[in-house]
Amino acid sequence: MHFDPAFGDLATQMPKGLLALMKRAQGASKTIADDGLPRRSFLKMGVASGFALGAYPLLAGAQSPAPAAAPAGLKPFEQPAAFVRIDKDGAVTVTINRLEFGQGVLTALPMILAEELDADWAKVRAVHGDADGAYVDPAFGMHLTGGSGSIKRSYTQYRELGARARAMLVAAAAAQWGVEARTLRTENGMVMGAGGKSISYGDLSDAAMKMPVPEKVALKDPKDFRIIGKATPRLDARAKSSGTQSFGMDMQLPGMLTAVVVHAPVFGAKLKSVDDSAAKAVKGVTAVLRMPTDRAGEGVAVVAQGYWAAKLGRDALKLEWDTSAVEKVDSVAQLASYKALARKTGMVKIKADMGALAKAPKKISAEFTFPYLAHAPMEPLNCTVQVTGSGADAKAAIYLGTQMPGFDGMAAATVLGLPPQNVKVNVQMAGGGFGRRAVPTADYVVEACTVAKLAMAAGVTAPIRVMWSREDDIKGGYYRPMHVHRAEIGFDAKGKVLAWDHVIVGQSITQGTPFEGMMVQDGIDMTIAEGMREPYDVPMRLSIHHPKVNVPVLWWRSVGSTHTAYVMETLVDEIARATQQDPVAYRLKLMGDKHPRHKAALMLAVEQSGYGKRKLPKGQAWGVAVHESFDTVVAYVAEASVTKGVPKLHAVTAAVHCNLAVNPKTVEAQVQGAALMGLGTCLPGAAITFKDGVVEQSNFNDYVVARIPDMPRIAVHIVPSAEPPTGMGEPGLPPLAPAFGNAIAKLTGKTPRDLPFKLV
Amino acid sequence: MPTLNINGKDTLVDADPNTPILWALRDTLGMTGTKFGCGAGLCGACTVHVDGVATRSCSTPLSAAAGKKITTIESVASDAVGLAVQNAWVAHDVAQCGYCQSGQVMSATALLKGNKKPSDADIDAAMAGNICRCGTYARVRSAIHAAAATLA
Repeated sequence: MHFDPAFGDLATQMPKGLLALMKRAQGASKTIADDGLPRRSFLKMGVASGFALGAYPLLAGAQSPAPAAAPAGLKPFEQPAAFVRIDKDGAVTVTINRLEFGQGVLTALPMILAEELDADWAKVRAVHGDADGAYVDPAFGMHLTGGSGSIKRSYTQYRELGARARAMLVAAAAAQWGVEARTLRTENGMVMGAGGKSISYGDLSDAAMKMPVPEKVALKDPKDFRIIGKATPRLDARAKSSGTQSFGMDMQLPGMLTAVVVHAPVFGAKLKSVDDSAAKAVKGVTAVLRMPTDRAGEGVAVVAQGYWAAKLGRDALKLEWDTSAVEKVDSVAQLASYKALARKTGMVKIKADMGALAKAPKKISAEFTFPYLAHAPMEPLNCTVQVTGSGADAKAAIYLGTQMPGFDGMAAATVLGLPPQNVKVNVQMAGGGFGRRAVPTADYVVEACTVAKLAMAAGVTAPIRVMWSREDDIKGGYYRPMHVHRAEIGFDAKGKVLAWDHVIVGQSITQGTPFEGMMVQDGIDMTIAEGMREPYDVPMRLSIHHPKVNVPVLWWRSVGSTHTAYVMETLVDEIARATQQDPVAYRLKLMGDKHPRHKAALMLAVEQSGYGKRKLPKGQAWGVAVHESFDTVVAYVAEASVTKGVPKLHAVTAAVHCNLAVNPKTVEAQVQGAALMGLGTCLPGAAITFKDGVVEQSNFNDYVVARIPDMPRIAVHIVPSAEPPTGMGEPGLPPLAPAFGNAIAKLTGKTPRDLPFKLV
Repeated sequence: MPTLNINGKDTLVDADPNTPILWALRDTLGMTGTKFGCGAGLCGACTVHVDGVATRSCSTPLSAAAGKKITTIESVASDAVGLAVQNAWVAHDVAQCGYCQSGQVMSATALLKGNKKPSDADIDAAMAGNICRCGTYARVRSAIHAAAATLA
């Protein structure tokens, strides 16, 4: 998801949005503190095998062996206690406040902290935080992995955490040696003093924790960095190459049962009849539960010993559905209605005078279509729920990969009827997500907790892992919305744009969710317009239609830019071609003397690719695109061919401007992966469609994703910078498809305007 | 109740012979290194070796493995090729989310056992059944070439 700073100071509005959600979830419960954060028990500290540095003031010392108080000015997420543990053997464990689901934060956040701590990197490891208050996003005040913001919004936080911990270690050494702290220096997990004296962080750990937590700390000059900026192997590489990494799906609790849920074939439909006699007869099936599901629909859960028994039980159910009260979407009709809407001006997002359009010497009239897309992370959705105790002592633990553990914990508490402090959220390593694990309705968490609650009512008290099959995932909704764009552009012979009238039709992602208050302005969901017009200073009128459709939608890696970048970058290219200008030179001309980061990225990609200098093999052409999303600019130069109507992307040269690249190895990986996912949106079959309200696709046979033969040769270059880093999880995706599309247009004279590409 | 040879050990599996190997491994034996991705032999996350052949365990019943040797990600590194592949995977930082990588490593190991010096085209053909949504394919290719080089 994307909280674009260009749309205003959202950070200040965020807690309000969170508070609204919590109030709704809780019926305005008294457990909400003034700042909107639940006052849960914070971290246990001072464990026998080592210690957590620093002190957390709200702990009131109850569980802590009298650590020195931190300055009152420090917020929970500014205190090293919750983030750094140093064992006697010198092992440094860093807690990350984000979900690791491929993007590399499990390595990059510890790198940032270890840099200022002067830790020995070989002794650094990392663990996930939970829904505790210390692990909120410091900018938004809620638990969130999204908007490519993990590094961007925690860079200074993690540097300061490391510097505070270091200062405490130095203070401890100074006290031990009877010298002034300023005479000491640190290196590689050691404090060093005059005359070759040295002591390891592990040996100082007990004493350091009793030192005051400094509020103000000096941070390093980036030129002195030893860890940040260095290509660093992932901390989870070995576990993830040997099958030893545990994911949410791998949860094993004593006596645990597995459940699968039949969802309504049409979103929100109800059951007419349930015949579960055959299902109950399946060996291993423990319970069959009729249950409420997402969007006020109904479904049936089959609880069993293991997935296979649950699946066989589910297959044996005989169900009749009542779909009479819900809209049954038909993709053909929906597309026609969107196209009709796109011919009318919608709610105006950007104003401009369109007077010059009618008389413009040259014109482009273009219509673009984009389908619904499923996220389809490799690990299907799952959530394990364990409820223990009863009455006032009832507690729940949920285990899941989630981008919003705070939201999900509140949702679980609501469903289970427990006070939020009695629900522990255990964040698990996630096998991808791309936005699907950040759901404002917490759909898969609500579902899992509903199953657990109904199972308990039926006398089943074992922990239950609720699993989605791939079919459940593909058919289960929360897609990137379908969109139609329409552009009427008037320009002169030199390519000067005189008027650009642009309409976008698509569902709002955030309307009706707790995010509406901060992300919908004047009826317009800001996510639909992000990536429009910039960096080109053209007179554009942009208007929006948000039809209501019975299809749940969600942010999908790079959100609005999944479609806006394609439209912008292919249209700009078309104007260049129509006026016989080089597309790179034309873009530079439009940018004028602004947008230095766009220009730096574009020119680096151009230089490195050999664009315009190197001769391509016969039948291949260059295609260029540049786009900023989540404050990072990515430029691609593509080399592509079209053979017998089949487009093929052979090679891509990428250049990235993400300011300081914390881990260049990860930056490269994120660009490679996002480029491939962007290419995936072009492949015929990469679409979710509906007939009679039912999703027509079901698995990877008919919902096409990119496979290894699709992977082009790719080289990634990074624009050098020492400025504070911007995000990398998403920005590599948007410019790939238009770069490819522009190469196809050069070869065929026609820009593909429908995604996925149709074979011609 | 079938007995299967898993990672060199005869193992009594308390499951119906029609149960896919994947669920016997994961749910019955608690061996979770082999992953569930699609349940239909379409994504390769569940790849194991049956008598050395890369096999989709989600759609292969236990009965089909009777009298054969099953190798899973848990023990693939006990042979030189599997170890070389795993080491190359680490050295090339292939994994992102990592969920598909057990299957990728198993498919790559099977490839290198039959083809000591695969070309990019060989790799693409052998690995096309293993989906990675994170898009680690570029590093998959280079890691396989590197593993091949260390084994040469």
